[in-house]
Amino acid sequence: MKVSYYPGCSLHATGKEYDLSVKAVCKALDIELQEVDDWSCCGASSAHMTNFKLSVALSARNLIAAEKDPGDVMVPCAACFNRFKSAQHHLRSDETLKKEVEGIVGGQFDDTVVVRNPIDIYYNEIGVDTLREKVKKKLTGLKPVSYYGCLLLRPPGVCEFDNYENPVLMDKLMDSLGAEPLNWACKTDCCGGSLTLGKTEIVVRLVDKLMFMAREAGANCLVTACPVCFANLDTRADKSRGLPAFYFTEIMALAMGLEGPETWFKLHNVDPRPLLKSLGLF
Amino acid sequence: MATFLEEINEKIKGVPLQACYHCRKCTAGCPVAFAMEHNPNKVVKMIQMGMKSEVLNSSTIWLCASCETCVTRCPNDVDIARMMDCLREMAIESKIGAREKKILHFHEAFLSSIKSGGRINEPMMIVNYKLKSGDYFSDMGMGMSMFMKGKIKLSSPRTKDIESVRAIFSKTSK
Repeated sequence: MKVSYYPGCSLHATGKEYDLSVKAVCKALDIELQEVDDWSCCGASSAHMTNFKLSVALSARNLIAAEKDPGDVMVPCAACFNRFKSAQHHLRSDETLKKEVEGIVGGQFDDTVVVRNPIDIYYNEIGVDTLREKVKKKLTGLKPVSYYGCLLLRPPGVCEFDNYENPVLMDKLMDSLGAEPLNWACKTDCCGGSLTLGKTEIVVRLVDKLMFMAREAGANCLVTACPVCFANLDTRADKSRGLPAFYFTEIMALAMGLEGPETWFKLHNVDPRPLLKSLGLF
Repeated sequence: MATFLEEINEKIKGVPLQACYHCRKCTAGCPVAFAMEHNPNKVVKMIQMGMKSEVLNSSTIWLCASCETCVTRCPNDVDIARMMDCLREMAIESKIGAREKKILHFHEAFLSSIKSGGRINEPMMIVNYKLKSGDYFSDMGMGMSMFMKGKIKLSSPRTKDIESVRAIFSKTSK
């Protein structure tokens, strides 16, 4: 299948290993990615927290750019995903706003693209049976807790993603790879997101709770689909309590025997290689 | 003249705040409530009571992380996350500014990076944030480590049609 691809800013910087692993997994699953032409930032939290119209317009510029190629647009970053879904929601439900934003952006919003996260595409289009066949190395002994965070799920009427209090799609992907995803109570908790620089102590406290709860559940790592969550998990946990975090696509690539994981894992702040080596997976 | 409550309702364009019957589900689920001077449901009450200055001057509106747990669980679909966005916007417009200055400095540095290159250049954005906030030294080790690993680079690809992005900023600036 062929889909448009919107990497977003993080995936070209601190979330580099997410971009590289999404691309590797898509190639192995015969998903052709066509990058959205001359994309710009979605505006993220900073735009919607301070200027509503700016936030809708920045996302609309990208949605309109993606409409050159109607169909699915894959958006791996949970923050960009949330912003695009939210902009679509506002543009669909408010005709006056839509006209105004079209004037601001200088283009017409035709609403012809479907914003999708790779979790959804891998699960619903490829399917766990195919994934199981692609596994070269079963991830026996890897016990992740899936951390979905906020932005893929809430508000549910806008995100239309998975069960918003007990999401399971990432867990099912992990299961298909031979890993042993564990149930835990913090799947949809918040990591503090963009407060990480302006109010670091709040993020430290929230991440500390996540690590404590992950350990309580018996996990030896966390998997996520959000570069903000990943950065907070990877850099804000207390050294004595932190567990390695992964982008879910890194784990998929590892199980599928693809090239790349070695390079990506070196980029992590909390090195996951000792864990993988101890399990004979690396 | 519109009351504070009417002003906010007009901006939210959804369920009016009067629908809140203070079950406190929003506060119970709020991950940041522990750090807030006024809990989310209390902010709703303060708006109902017309306490504009107290609300706009509070740190609460800046500490909200926009996780949207409140609106997801509200039995009356009151969009508290959107309400918080509106309150921040009003605090900026009315020149009250932000009780949590570093948080606003972060947003300003972030948006200024988009305006400059169309996409976020993380190192430059963080330098800009540090200059604005005066918080020069935190995370320096982390930043250096990411730089050494090649995770962040001083220059990164920009949006070619940068004028179209800047036009969005100028047409939405207040």
